[in-house]
Amino acid sequence: MAYLKIDHVGISFQRAGATTEVLRDVNLSIEKGEYVSIIGHSGCGKSTVLNIVAGLLPPSQGGVLLEGRAVEGPGPDRAVVFQNHSLLPWLTVRENVELAVNKVFRGRKSKAERRDWTRHNLELVHMAHAENKRPHEISGGMKQRVGIARALAMEPKILLLDEPFGALDALTRAHLQDQVMEIHSRLGNTIIMITHDVDEAVLLSDRIVMMTNGPAATIGEDMHVALERPRRRLELVGNSTYNDARAAVLEFLYARHRAPTLAA
Amino acid sequence: MVHSARVLALPNPKIPAPTRQTALHPLVPKPVSVLSRVVRLGTSVATQVAPPVLTIALLLLLWQMLASSPTSALPSPLKVIDDSWEIIVDPFKVGNGIDQGLFWHVSASLIRVGYGYILAAIVGIGFGVLLGQSTLAMRGLDPVFQVLRTIPPLAWLPLSLAAFRDGQPSAIFVIFITSVWPILINTSVGIRNIPQDYRNVAKVLRLSPIEFFTRIMVPATVPHMFTGLRIGIGLSWLAIVAAEMLIGGVGIGFFIWDAWNSSLISDIIVALVYVGVVGFLLDRSIAAIGHLLTRGTAAQ
Ligand SMILES: Nc1ncnc2c1ncn2[C@@H]1O[C@H](COP(=O)(O)OP(=O)(O)O)[C@@H](O)[C@H]1O
Ligand SMILES: [Mg+2]
Repeated sequence: MAYLKIDHVGISFQRAGATTEVLRDVNLSIEKGEYVSIIGHSGCGKSTVLNIVAGLLPPSQGGVLLEGRAVEGPGPDRAVVFQNHSLLPWLTVRENVELAVNKVFRGRKSKAERRDWTRHNLELVHMAHAENKRPHEISGGMKQRVGIARALAMEPKILLLDEPFGALDALTRAHLQDQVMEIHSRLGNTIIMITHDVDEAVLLSDRIVMMTNGPAATIGEDMHVALERPRRRLELVGNSTYNDARAAVLEFLYARHRAPTLAA
Repeated sequence: MVHSARVLALPNPKIPAPTRQTALHPLVPKPVSVLSRVVRLGTSVATQVAPPVLTIALLLLLWQMLASSPTSALPSPLKVIDDSWEIIVDPFKVGNGIDQGLFWHVSASLIRVGYGYILAAIVGIGFGVLLGQSTLAMRGLDPVFQVLRTIPPLAWLPLSLAAFRDGQPSAIFVIFITSVWPILINTSVGIRNIPQDYRNVAKVLRLSPIEFFTRIMVPATVPHMFTGLRIGIGLSWLAIVAAEMLIGGVGIGFFIWDAWNSSLISDIIVALVYVGVVGFLLDRSIAAIGHLLTRGTAAQ
């Protein structure tokens, strides 16, 4: 029995009388502790898959099982890190994480324990020093780190990352990727990450799930990345497994399933 | 899911982001000599205070010159002071009937505005939340509100006099109906503009409706709400003066009307100064409260 199972999921949206089928027959099984990336062209339905797993969107067909139980709606056991951080601007960094901690651990941890747990998670992403700052006072990379801390602090069964580094510059992005890898190796989280960056997918993932173009997008290929951990980006430059994996994803995205706009 | 941007707002629903300057000068200025501090204070007084004082002085001078001719229909500033010296120096005078000091007239007006405005704030925010949260309520009520809000405030006065048969509640009703629309509409726009992301965060955390209201909806909407409240207080003050001219009794509006009937033009001018200053202070106090409550929220 897989830890997370996306079972024959399809979804259609109705808009102004017209129905668009966005996803059709998506099947995916993920084991505990696995790091899975979903890659595909913009608009194919990656975020939609993630939102269905999060419970924010109900699928039109099929369903999602987490530890054998059907996902009925959103909940803190499936924490989401949204693309644009979605920190609440009127709360400080600490208060943003605290909101989640207090909600999830009320009754299970004492007040002091909850405060320590908040601090611990901020330290995990190296943001404890800015705990009293508000989101607009810190950089984009820092906001994303706080978003990750907030998600980790919920102790989710599965962590859902929607293009978490998409809006960052290359250096910040690399730095954050290393931190996420480090956290993953330390805590053994189960992670689904949406990305459109081939290098990022290969570097971070145990598996790369490639999606075909919409409408009615589905999983085109599911590839294992047989690279040992810990992975260091510099050592991978000439690595043939790394280069082969990279080439396979590129081939899928740009030869077999070109973006509709590029194909024209 | 897509937050429909049916903006039905009166003026700009977005409060200008309060500029926070903390980040701009991270270095605390080193202690400097007393002399240079005095110089700096002097410069800031010169640049901040001098221009308005100078402008007012010039305007008064111009007015004095234009109104000095013996045939002038309106009094000059010096003549105003001379004519109305009594009401200028004794704003707290207590007399018979409407023969009261200006302070009492203004406070009577302010009390009417206070009742009507507080009522409007409660009803406006309540219905604003309803319209912002419920698409069904929006569909049903929005067209009605859109028509009602275009009715000029004073057009309601005869109807409310007929309904209440008394000046006091009628004036309060006019204030209410004048200021409720911008408050209601801006609140609902604020709620409709809560980013889907914040709603998703609330869902993932399973916030209860009450937690959602206090932790997300209120802080996200307060800037819009205060835009509406600020427009509302301005409109209230505009309407009260006109309404009081018609209903009579103690109040700055009727004071002006009475002065006109007695041809006391100088008294009218003194009263207008009061009206202007009080209106300005009302606007500023609502803005200040809004600023206090939105510290750090609007900047995104
Ligand atoms: N709530 C919705 N209503 C209608 N169409 C939607 C909705 N959400 C997503 N879509 C459509 O589904 C498609 C996939 O969207 P999305 O999952 O955001 O793509 P991706 O994340 O891969 O860029 C897009 O064409 C988008 O317009
Ligand atoms: Mg997306």
